[in-house]
Amino acid sequence: MFTFLKFSAAPDKKGWLLLVISILFLTVSVLLGLFSGASFIPPSVLFKVLFSGSTKDPVYRIFMTVRLPRVLGALLAGSGLAVSGSILQTVFHNPLASPNIIGVNAGAGLFVLICSILFPGARELIPFAAFLGGLLASVLILLISMTGRMSQLLLVLTGFVINSLFTAGMNGVLILFPDAYVGAGNFLAGGLSGITTAMLIYPSFGILGGILLSLCFAKGLNHLGLGTERASALGMNVPVTRGLAIVIAAALAGAAVSFAGLIGFVGLIIPHAVKLLIGTDNRFVLPGSALLGGMFVILCDLFARTLFVPYELPVGIMLSFMGCPFFLYLILKNRSRRDMEC
Amino acid sequence: MLKMEGVSYSYHKNRPIITNLDLDIKAGKITTIAGPNGCGKTTVLKLASCLLRPQTGKILLGEKDISHLSKKAVAREVSVLLQNNQIPDMNALRAVTAARYPYQTSFTGYTKSEEEMSEYAMELTGCKEFRHKNMAELSGGERQRVFLAMIYNQDTPLILLDEPTTYLDIHVTYEMMELIRTLNRKQKKTVVMVLHDLNLALQYSDSLVFMRQGGIFDIHTTGDNHILESIRTLFGVEVRTFTDDQNSYYCFAQSTDTDAIL
Repeated sequence: MFTFLKFSAAPDKKGWLLLVISILFLTVSVLLGLFSGASFIPPSVLFKVLFSGSTKDPVYRIFMTVRLPRVLGALLAGSGLAVSGSILQTVFHNPLASPNIIGVNAGAGLFVLICSILFPGARELIPFAAFLGGLLASVLILLISMTGRMSQLLLVLTGFVINSLFTAGMNGVLILFPDAYVGAGNFLAGGLSGITTAMLIYPSFGILGGILLSLCFAKGLNHLGLGTERASALGMNVPVTRGLAIVIAAALAGAAVSFAGLIGFVGLIIPHAVKLLIGTDNRFVLPGSALLGGMFVILCDLFARTLFVPYELPVGIMLSFMGCPFFLYLILKNRSRRDMEC
Repeated sequence: MLKMEGVSYSYHKNRPIITNLDLDIKAGKITTIAGPNGCGKTTVLKLASCLLRPQTGKILLGEKDISHLSKKAVAREVSVLLQNNQIPDMNALRAVTAARYPYQTSFTGYTKSEEEMSEYAMELTGCKEFRHKNMAELSGGERQRVFLAMIYNQDTPLILLDEPTTYLDIHVTYEMMELIRTLNRKQKKTVVMVLHDLNLALQYSDSLVFMRQGGIFDIHTTGDNHILESIRTLFGVEVRTFTDDQNSYYCFAQSTDTDAIL
C-alpha cells in the first residue's frame, strides 16, 4: 500500500509524506465508519438530518448514540495504544515491548475490574483506575529491568510474567464476582459495542493530552534510542526521561483500556508498520502511529460490526484476524532489510 | 586535565573494583590504560565521564570537581566511546547529530549547521556513504566509525575511548589510530584510551598507565626503557623488540619464567 514511500531518499521527506497520506486514509475511514454499519446511511440523508436539527429522527439518534461514539472510541483507542506501544518500544529498547505483551493493558484491566467491584456505580473512576493499573505494571517492569544488566529476551519474559499475573488476577476476580463487570467477555476480548459519549470524556483528555506530550518528548525519546549509557554520556538525565515516558505510555494505554477493554494487538503492530515504512525517528513515528492506529481500529471495528450482521464480533478479535497476516507480510518482506534483533 | 584523587568504586559491596586510585592525565597527550582483564580500566573511564559516581575521593576536570558540574556541562568537557553492544535504534546520521545534545537548550530542533557538522564528522571518519542506513544494518566496523564520528561531533577537550579498535580489521585499525592521532595533534584533544593491543599502545601513545587489581601498577612514557619490564611482570610475557628505521615493533611470547606471573 505504501511501497512507493521507499524510493524517496531523505527520511524527513518520507516522514512528512507518510503523515499526509495517513491523514487522508484516516479521514476516509472515519467517514466510512460513520456512514456504514448494520444499516448504511447515505451521506446525503445523514447531512440533511444533521442540519435540519430534528433530534427525534431515528437516523439522527443512531448517528449520535451509536455511530459517533463508536468511531470516536475506535479512533481514540487505536491512536492511544499505538503511541503507547511506540513509546514502550523505545524506552525498553525492545521491539516486543508493547502494552499488551508486557502487561500494561492487563494491569489496567485488573484495576478496572477491582474498581467496578469496590465502587459499583462510579463509572467516572474507571479511567483513573486503569491508568494506575497500567502505571503499576510498567513501573514494575522498569524497576526490574534496572536491577542489573538484562537481556532484551529476559525483559520480554519478565513482562510476560507480569502480564500473566495480572491476567490471572482478572480471571480470578471475574470468577469470584461474576457480576463485577457487565459485558466482561467483551471487555476481555476488547470491544467497542455499547460505548457512550459520556464514557469517552475523561479518556479522551488522557489520550489527546498523552499524544501531545509524547510529541514534545519525541526528541528525548530519540536520544533514549542511543542506549542508556550513550544517552547519559551525552548529558541526558536518562532515569527522569524514561520515567516520564513510561507515565505517558501508561496513561495512554490505561485510558484506552478503560472504555475499550483489552484490545492489544494494535500497540504492537502499528509502531512496527510505521517504523518499517519511515525508519525510527520518533518525531514521525509517534504521530504516524497515532494516525494509522486510529485508522486501523476504525476499519477493524467497521468489519467487526458489518461482516456478520446481525451478530457483532468484539473488535479485538477482528484486529488479530486482520493484523496478523498484515504483520507477517511486513516481517517477511523486510527480513533481509532490517533484523529485529532480540 | 583529568585528575583522580583517592578514588574508590565498587559495583557490589565487599568487592571493590577500584581502590584508592590516584591518576593525573596531562593535557594534550595520548594516554593508554593497559592491564589484565577485570582490573578496572573501563570503570576508570566511566568514572571520568561521570557515568559512575566514585564512592570515595574526587575527580577533577581542570580545576572543577566533576560532581559539582551538571550532566550536560560534563558532556561538553568529556566524550566517551564505550564497549557497549546496545545498537542505537536509528540511522547513522541521526546518531551522529545526537552527539550535539550537550550544546542544546530545551526543545529546539537541530539546526542546519549542526546537520552540516554531523555530515563533516562522518566524512572525516569515512562513514558518510551509509549515513541514511539504520545502525542495525551496519557491520561492526562501520558502526565503530559512526561512534567515532559521534565523538568528533561532541567536540570535547577530553576524549575517552574504551578499546576503539574492537571489531575493526587491521587496515581500519590503523586508520582509526591515525584518526585519533590527528584529533590529538591538529585539534589539541587530550585522549585517554584503553587498549589490549600493546603494539598499538606503544606506537601511538605518549604514556602508558598500567593497572592491576583496581590500582595503578606503573606509569611510563613510551620512550622509557623500563616500560618493557613492566609489561613483562604485569602480563607474564616475554617481550622481543624489532626495530627498523621508522618504528619499534614488539613481539610477545609466553613467559618461560613462571615466577614472573604474579
